[in-house]
Amino acid sequence: MLLNQFLILAAILFCTGVYGVISRRNGVLVLMSIELILNSVNINLVAFSAMNDSISGQVFALFVIAVAAAEVGVGLAIVLAIFRNYRTVDIDEVDLMKG
Amino acid sequence: MGFTILAEVARNADADVLVAQNVAFGIIAAIMIFSAIRVVTTSNVVHAAAFLVMVLAGAAAQFILLGAEFVAVTQVMVYIGAIVVLFLFGIMLTRAPMQGTEKFTRDNWKVGALTSVVMLAVLVFTLVDGFGEDKLPADLMPTDTRVLSDAIFSTYLVPFEVISVLLLSALIGAIVIARKD
Repeated sequence: MLLNQFLILAAILFCTGVYGVISRRNGVLVLMSIELILNSVNINLVAFSAMNDSISGQVFALFVIAVAAAEVGVGLAIVLAIFRNYRTVDIDEVDLMKG
Repeated sequence: MGFTILAEVARNADADVLVAQNVAFGIIAAIMIFSAIRVVTTSNVVHAAAFLVMVLAGAAAQFILLGAEFVAVTQVMVYIGAIVVLFLFGIMLTRAPMQGTEKFTRDNWKVGALTSVVMLAVLVFTLVDGFGEDKLPADLMPTDTRVLSDAIFSTYLVPFEVISVLLLSALIGAIVIARKD
């Protein structure tokens, strides 16, 4: 197996996730796209770990999974708070700071 | 003579394993890419969560292919077992009253598509230029979970403790943010 086939698969997933973050309006769907991005990074880490016969990549992949769990928890809490205040999860409506 | 034939057979068996690995990679990768594109294009939130499960399971299969069995099992337990369930709860709790009529994709999605395609082109060019024909080791053995846990609890002990504190603070933060006052 080539190293590049895993890296290019991860690149495709990463760009799909970036497209989702840019183009989706629903807050939950944006969080799902962020999961795609984090997952593609995990594939990269594990592929390099196999390539270099080193354990560090797998350890960092586990750390990324833990951080992703924390991120989803806080992110969904924020989406719920937005929904309670605005009665919608459309992030185009959340423009209080005129960003 | 007999030894050469045996060596030849062994080399053929190795080649068969490599071909099988590549075929498995291709099938799983195709499923993952299709599902990922459906996650960001489908107009049904629950379907998006289901396709996300396909992507995450495919990633776990790729980890098995790379010999990282503990990471694969953790991926299935944490991502598919916990995070997707959390997403489904989020979908249920934020279901807008006017369901079915809302648009999930922004009007400027073409700009987003252009951005991601350009970024993909740059990334693929860099990867092909940088790693070219680099091969993974042919005798890829599954990583011993004992070695992995030894590394976590010795070399990476401080990051491990930091991540525990991070999870605790995220837990408290999520409760504080989502609580009704």
